[in-house]
Amino acid sequence: MPATKFTPSIISRPIYGGLTPHGAVPALMLASGPGGEALLDLIAADPAVLPHATVIYIPEGSDLGPRLEAQGPASYVEAASYASILPRFRKLLAEALMNTRLYLAGTEGLIGQATAEALAAGMLLEAIEAEHRGSLARRMQCVHCKGITEDVTTDPFTCSHCGLSLFVRDHYSRRYAAFQGVCVDAETPGEVPPKQEIKA
Amino acid sequence: MSAQMLRVTEIEALSPLVKRFRFEHPGGKKLPLFSGGAHVVVEMPDGDLLRRNAYSLISDPQDGSGYEIAVRREDGGRGGSRFMHANVSQGDTLRISTPLNLFALDARARKHVLIAGGIGITPIIAQMRQLLRMQDRFEIHYAARSRSEAAGLRLLPRLPHIHSHISDEGDRMDLGAILDRQPIGTHVYTCGPEGLITAVAQCAARLGWPRGSLHSEVFLAPPPGRTFEVTLAKSGRTVTVGPHQSLLEALEEAEVDIDWSCRGGACGRCETDVVSCHGRIEHNDHWLSEDEHSSQTKIMPCVSRFRGRELIIDR
Repeated sequence: MPATKFTPSIISRPIYGGLTPHGAVPALMLASGPGGEALLDLIAADPAVLPHATVIYIPEGSDLGPRLEAQGPASYVEAASYASILPRFRKLLAEALMNTRLYLAGTEGLIGQATAEALAAGMLLEAIEAEHRGSLARRMQCVHCKGITEDVTTDPFTCSHCGLSLFVRDHYSRRYAAFQGVCVDAETPGEVPPKQEIKA
Repeated sequence: MSAQMLRVTEIEALSPLVKRFRFEHPGGKKLPLFSGGAHVVVEMPDGDLLRRNAYSLISDPQDGSGYEIAVRREDGGRGGSRFMHANVSQGDTLRISTPLNLFALDARARKHVLIAGGIGITPIIAQMRQLLRMQDRFEIHYAARSRSEAAGLRLLPRLPHIHSHISDEGDRMDLGAILDRQPIGTHVYTCGPEGLITAVAQCAARLGWPRGSLHSEVFLAPPPGRTFEVTLAKSGRTVTVGPHQSLLEALEEAEVDIDWSCRGGACGRCETDVVSCHGRIEHNDHWLSEDEHSSQTKIMPCVSRFRGRELIIDR
């Protein structure tokens, strides 16, 4: 699957520049699903990134794991989910040095959460490379109950925490790594417009 | 530029070439607080000349009872530091600007590495006082030629993370060893000669550091040069800039209204548009980009000069 291109209409959404190799410096690589292909492309473009790389891969049903491991990074870990690998990712960030680069590839939710984590650890944005691959699904924050609903593909959708019908706003928060969802039927309770697929 | 008259309450020799000056409000009023890395501009009425030099504050940023600076006497300089050393006595009053910081600590940092060469230690002293108060993680590396010249030694506490490198004694600062294996979230602040700032940037680049983690400050004294003339587009007047004068000083002498702050090519306040240029602008600032330098459409009157047939500026 090639890199996903967004329409540039949403100004608050980050632009993911793609994975540019930074050579033989320590690297943390974190990818989910089709994002594994972006890592394979990165390694093919500059094999020097590999000997000092820690690769974390969240397959999400994809079968790229064995190919990534066969590349021979310094260490390779497969994880069931971002939440399950977060403690380890945090430890790796805490031990990282000033020349460590972070390569992220996969869904927007993964990129956003991992970026926020790395910034909190003191990493600079310019040390982070990101490439969006895979679904256009959005990670949504309900502005009412503050709960996060992952993988939202329709507008409106139902908040998985408080059950409100939420309108999908084109308003991205880098702090929460999520778009904002606002109650769609607050003025006219029960009058919820028909669901549409999110296409951007 | 807001400023107030302050009284010189202490003068102390820190080394044969460096004096510490303390300024307090004559009526005992509290002065505005500042942040580590800030500087003030000191006005020195020297005969017909009004000299203005920027000096980093070395006192505690949270202490409003006075401001302190350390001035190195530059015998080959334009005369500001010689004036401070020879003509200023305890009890005198001088006009001192409100502090301004172009070299602030980065609040995102999880560790600060402060590198100073020679008199470049001055802003780092105030940054250190701020870091000690905030209990932030930091280390200081101070390089000086000889122990007797190293005025900073009198201002730095003896702490295991504050290192002095005296090159006379065979202890040269090893930038590679300082920067290697620093944890993410480290920010580096360098103040000193241009060569030191370049060396830190090159060493960090070689180690693979992101550029945004490096901070530096260098104040330039306006370099001397040949006399040149500049035409002012708004009034049609022409001002002549003498060999040891800056264009900014010539504009002030001609009572042209111009805003300024650092007077050293770093802050950007006196940036001026060039209307027409037949010749070459000698850009000496750290403010304009390379493209702006080569296009000759802007000039920083505080430090830059001109050589050629005609320069018309938008003043």
